[in-house]
Amino acid sequence: INKTIIVHQLVFCAVPLPAAGGDHHPISKNPFEVKINRKKFDVLGRKSKHDVGLPGVSRSRAIQKRKDTLLKEFRLKDKNNTFIDRRFGEYDSKLTPEEKILQRFTLERQRTQDRKDMYNLNEEEELTHYGQSLAEMEKMTDVIDSDSDSEEKGLLSAELTATHFGGGGGLLRKKSAGDDEEEEHKPRSRQELIEELIIKSKQEKRERQTQKEEAQELTEKLDQEWKSIQNLLAHKTPKAERTDETDKPKLDQYDMMVRELGFEMKAQPSEKLKSAEELAREERQRLQTLEADRLKRMMGDAEEDAVQTNTHISADDMNDGFILDGDDRKTLAYKDGKWNIEGEEEEKEDEDGDEEGGEEEEEEDDEDDAEGEEDDEEGEDDDEDDADEDHCDLQSDEGSEDEDGQGAEEEQVCAEEPPAVSEEQKKAAQEAAKAELPYTFPAPESYSDLKQLLQGHGSEQQRLILDRTLKCNHPSLSAGNKAKLQKLFGFLLEYVGDLATQNPPDLRTVSALIPQICGLCQMFPEAACKAVQTLLSDSGHSMEETLEVKGRAPMPDLDMLVLLKITALLFPSSDFRHPVTTPAFLFLSQALTRCAVVSLEDVCKGLVLCCLALEYVSLSQRIFPELLNFLLGLLHLTVSDKHNMGYTVVSPFRRQGKSCDLLVLKDPNVSHSWNRKPISLQTAHRLPAQSPVERDHYRLSLIDSCLDLVKRCTWLYKDLPSYAHIFQPIRALLLKHLPDLHREILDAIPEKPSQHAPLVFKKKKPIPLKLFTPKIVLDYGKKRGNTKEEKERERLKHKYKREFKGALREIRKDTRFLAREKLSDVMSRDAERKRKVKELYGSLATQEGEWKALKRKNRK
Amino acid sequence: MASSTDSNVKGENSQVSYKKYINTKTDRVLQSKKHANDIFDVIEYLQSEKDKEVIFATNACSKVFCQLFYRGDLYVGDLPEEEDLVNGDRSAEEKYRIFMRHRYSNCVELLLENIGHKAFQVKETSLCALMKFVAAEGKHPLQNLDEHYNFPRELLQTLVEHLLSEKEDMSLLISRFQEFLEMDDVRYYVMSSVRDNIYRVMGRNKKAVIPVYQNNVFTLLSTINVPSEASKMRHFLVRQDYKLEQWKVAKLKEHKRAFEQMWLVFLKFKLPSNMYKKILVILHESIMPQMSDPTLLIDFLSAAYDIGGAISLLSLNGLFILIHKHNLDYPDFYKKLYSLLDPSIFHVKYRARFFHLVNIFLSSTHLPAYLVAAFVKRFARLSLTAPPTSLLILLPFICNLIRRHPSCRVLIHRPSTAEEPCDDPYVMEEEDPAQCHALESSLWEIKTLQKHYHPDVAKAAMKINEPLTEQEDDISELLELSTFELMERELKAERKTIPLEFDTATELLKSSREVLGVHFSLE
Repeated sequence: INKTIIVHQLVFCAVPLPAAGGDHHPISKNPFEVKINRKKFDVLGRKSKHDVGLPGVSRSRAIQKRKDTLLKEFRLKDKNNTFIDRRFGEYDSKLTPEEKILQRFTLERQRTQDRKDMYNLNEEEELTHYGQSLAEMEKMTDVIDSDSDSEEKGLLSAELTATHFGGGGGLLRKKSAGDDEEEEHKPRSRQELIEELIIKSKQEKRERQTQKEEAQELTEKLDQEWKSIQNLLAHKTPKAERTDETDKPKLDQYDMMVRELGFEMKAQPSEKLKSAEELAREERQRLQTLEADRLKRMMGDAEEDAVQTNTHISADDMNDGFILDGDDRKTLAYKDGKWNIEGEEEEKEDEDGDEEGGEEEEEEDDEDDAEGEEDDEEGEDDDEDDADEDHCDLQSDEGSEDEDGQGAEEEQVCAEEPPAVSEEQKKAAQEAAKAELPYTFPAPESYSDLKQLLQGHGSEQQRLILDRTLKCNHPSLSAGNKAKLQKLFGFLLEYVGDLATQNPPDLRTVSALIPQICGLCQMFPEAACKAVQTLLSDSGHSMEETLEVKGRAPMPDLDMLVLLKITALLFPSSDFRHPVTTPAFLFLSQALTRCAVVSLEDVCKGLVLCCLALEYVSLSQRIFPELLNFLLGLLHLTVSDKHNMGYTVVSPFRRQGKSCDLLVLKDPNVSHSWNRKPISLQTAHRLPAQSPVERDHYRLSLIDSCLDLVKRCTWLYKDLPSYAHIFQPIRALLLKHLPDLHREILDAIPEKPSQHAPLVFKKKKPIPLKLFTPKIVLDYGKKRGNTKEEKERERLKHKYKREFKGALREIRKDTRFLAREKLSDVMSRDAERKRKVKELYGSLATQEGEWKALKRKNRK
Repeated sequence: MASSTDSNVKGENSQVSYKKYINTKTDRVLQSKKHANDIFDVIEYLQSEKDKEVIFATNACSKVFCQLFYRGDLYVGDLPEEEDLVNGDRSAEEKYRIFMRHRYSNCVELLLENIGHKAFQVKETSLCALMKFVAAEGKHPLQNLDEHYNFPRELLQTLVEHLLSEKEDMSLLISRFQEFLEMDDVRYYVMSSVRDNIYRVMGRNKKAVIPVYQNNVFTLLSTINVPSEASKMRHFLVRQDYKLEQWKVAKLKEHKRAFEQMWLVFLKFKLPSNMYKKILVILHESIMPQMSDPTLLIDFLSAAYDIGGAISLLSLNGLFILIHKHNLDYPDFYKKLYSLLDPSIFHVKYRARFFHLVNIFLSSTHLPAYLVAAFVKRFARLSLTAPPTSLLILLPFICNLIRRHPSCRVLIHRPSTAEEPCDDPYVMEEEDPAQCHALESSLWEIKTLQKHYHPDVAKAAMKINEPLTEQEDDISELLELSTFELMERELKAERKTIPLEFDTATELLKSSREVLGVHFSLE
């Protein structure tokens, strides 16, 4: 049995303890108590916490605490009775004894005051049922829902219950209550009352029935009306409203609608309309990136190789190309002080992705455009406008290779300008075309189809037809269109070739078709590349064959010249290596070295080839020896005196021969009547029969162009180390034979070669030794406890550990303390016992002594 | 004459008729000696204007006379004049033989004339018929010779004379004739008759150039091949039973001598320049090995080497064999070789052969450094005008030379005077490689070519930027490279992306870097 003695009231004579603080102070000052940890070294910036301590004090404090707590517990161990002191403010040192006594007194008084409701149990406590207050429930505040008639049957009116279960008291009371009214009626018997009650309740029931029916009808009607206007409201009905009216059969519909709402496209914020400066800036940025890309390609593989050789090869690499785990992280490398970014290709792919996206968007745009126009002018022949619009679209297509729709739009803005120049002419042309051209064209399946389609029309009309064909067969419209258009590119090139070879060549039309060709090329670079490659290869092959059979080949025809020109327009000739332009270069080289020059037409073609060659290298400034050889040869043709030359002409020119003075003027005075104007390309095909003077004029034009090309070459190759050696033959020729012609060329070519530092190898970095790949922990540098929770966790763990250790130490100290106490207990007990035994022995001894003395007395 | 007009009339009527006519005539001639005069009609057909008739008649003649040879119906010995035949007291049999022998020589004359006929078919059948006669005559000699080696040399000589026409290109017929040259005796006698013929014809023309004739001779000469072993000489047109071993024709040594003399005589006279090229192309392969003493060609070769240009390049090959295999000492060979180098070497047809040889000539590591440096520098200077196909040979070749001769490395690596600009000390015009100061120069030309438009050339030129690897580049595969092959290589390479020009064009002659449009217009 636990006996807890709670002291509430005992009033001791409180003896105030001496203040602890006053006691503590002198101890810390006591030098005998202070233990100083001697420091061997002074470490700057280290704060030592434990240099001074008071071990005696802290130990005695600990012992004291144990005595207060542990020892008490130990003493009370196995003793169930406890003594709890609940006297008010007994251990509160803040209260003065007077206050304490006052408080205790008031408490005492209060307790005696409340004595009267000593037996009123739990007055203030509330009774509950299922957590709800019973008192509240009894009030019946909640109104029963009219619809919920399920419980109606069980529900009885208050009157009924009162009559039925009130032990009839209700009835009686009613009677007494309704005395005033019922005084006039004769007093009714109990039987009557009961009957009345029954009738009343039935009536009530019926009323309720009709009420319910009415309500039903009303709701149905409401439903019907709702349905009729529901369509108008469409999606805008708020959820709450619609949940009411849903019934079981409608559930599916409802679900569907909910889902629809869930998936409904949210209006997205439209892109901000860009200002002119922004557009310009974007355009500039785009061009800059494209230019940077082009330059990178111009530098070519050499750079790539350099990068590749720098890759680290581990010493344990077996050179079998096996890589344990693909290390796809980019390595940080610097080149020329710039961060060398790898993974261009990834970017490129990204760009491609963008490109596709852009195209799609554009396609959508196009469709939208088309629709919009249909809406706008239905009566009008909208295809006409469509085609017009397309022209712009198409041009924008060309430019926006790596841009999204936004870029395309801005392109469109830019692209609209050039056609605007000749707006009126075009309008007129379109008016004329409207009369006869149909608006849709099937994609030509073969070359003859295309020819049929285009032949017999003017160049502007042909462009229009092609435009419409492209429009009608846009790849977005049908799956097969892509292949059709890809084939169309080949046919177009063929057609262009035909136009250039017919007599007279129709180069105007070729020029007019260029935007379409460009557009197609931008759409299908692979197909375009293949088509041009095939033509180049065929032509090169046939030239090679003629060379093998005859030893000399004729100059390529105008169609090849036009194709080479188009190649330069479509593909970048400045690339270090390019699948189309590199073969084109080789074709030019072949034509410039192996094709015989036997007529003025050949000279003209050769000059065209030279122009093209110069165009090809003008950006990359690459050296083209064949070009210079050919120009020298052309100049050689102008020299009448072929002796003592001081230079060598190489194939296809000869030092002497029958066609070696093609460009020698028949009449030296004809130059006075000559004036400079561009040479017609058609003359390359066939020179019309001319008078000798006209022929001389033609010669002069050719010579003039040739000299101009030489001049351009001298500008182009100015920075090459062997500049002077390259132009030495031309210089020799000009100096000897045409010293007064084009003084500037002679001035441009220095007489003495410029000075150059001797060649040395590139300084090479020493090749590092092969090293083992360090083991790299991927999450290196990741801080522990990055998140707040983790930090907290770590902190707690640490704390726990410390606490655990401390607790162990304390427990050990406790047990030691207890053992000591036990020992001292035992010792004291033993001492007591010894003392007692001693006492007993003493008393016994005295007793014995006394007895002996008595006995001795007796004996005596 | 009457019969000829007769035949013409008949020929017009039907084609078969002249065949029948000739057939019956030949049959009659062969059947009995009474109808010997019918042979006139057959022979007359040889002069017909219709090729088919001539061919048919030729065949008939060869048939008739071969038969007569077989029968021994042709007179043997010195042929008396036909006019004397009437006066002479000879038997009818003898008269018949003499008559037939005369007809035979008539026939041979006509056939030889027909060798110069305009229709090839006629030529061919005439040639075949003549060769049949040669064979028949060899078997049944028409002269009573003392020696027993009977071969109709005169007939063959006249045939060769007609083959080597001075006016007409006979190359087709000569290639037909090649089949007879398989026979060792025919070949031998042809060789000797060609030799005599050249002497005679060239002497007559006072050693001037006769391109057609010389072309024919060359065609014939180049078809002649002496067998490599004596044991293979078992193939004769005319079988000799007597003392085969002592017969000149059966000896390989004699053949070689005849071959050698024939060629030497041909080469002794002045030749057109394209003939030089033709000869030099085949010289080292098909002429020199078959000669008994090739060193005799040295005069011809040094003459050709001095001509210059492509001919000099080609003569290198023969000279090389002479130097290499026959211990010939050629003074200033390298100097001459050095002077041969000019821009045209990259454009001639024999570029591959030339580079192959130069590679061999310069492969010796015992050559002095100044010489190699001079060659390297000269090649580098010339490379400024070379097409890419040549550059792809030339650049690895230059690198190889520097590898072989490490003392030439200063040409691409001169750290001592680096950073000090200087003039190019090399003298291009200097003919002597020792005087051209090539070793003091650097290969700035290769540096220039690092900007060449062709990526492979630029890459090859880049190699001089770094120390060269030990391993030499193999240039033998590059020697025959043509521009189109280079192009194809480029076209076949798989490429992932195709970059496009981002400046889009609107017109043909309008682009950002227009040159064509400046000088030319569309109209």
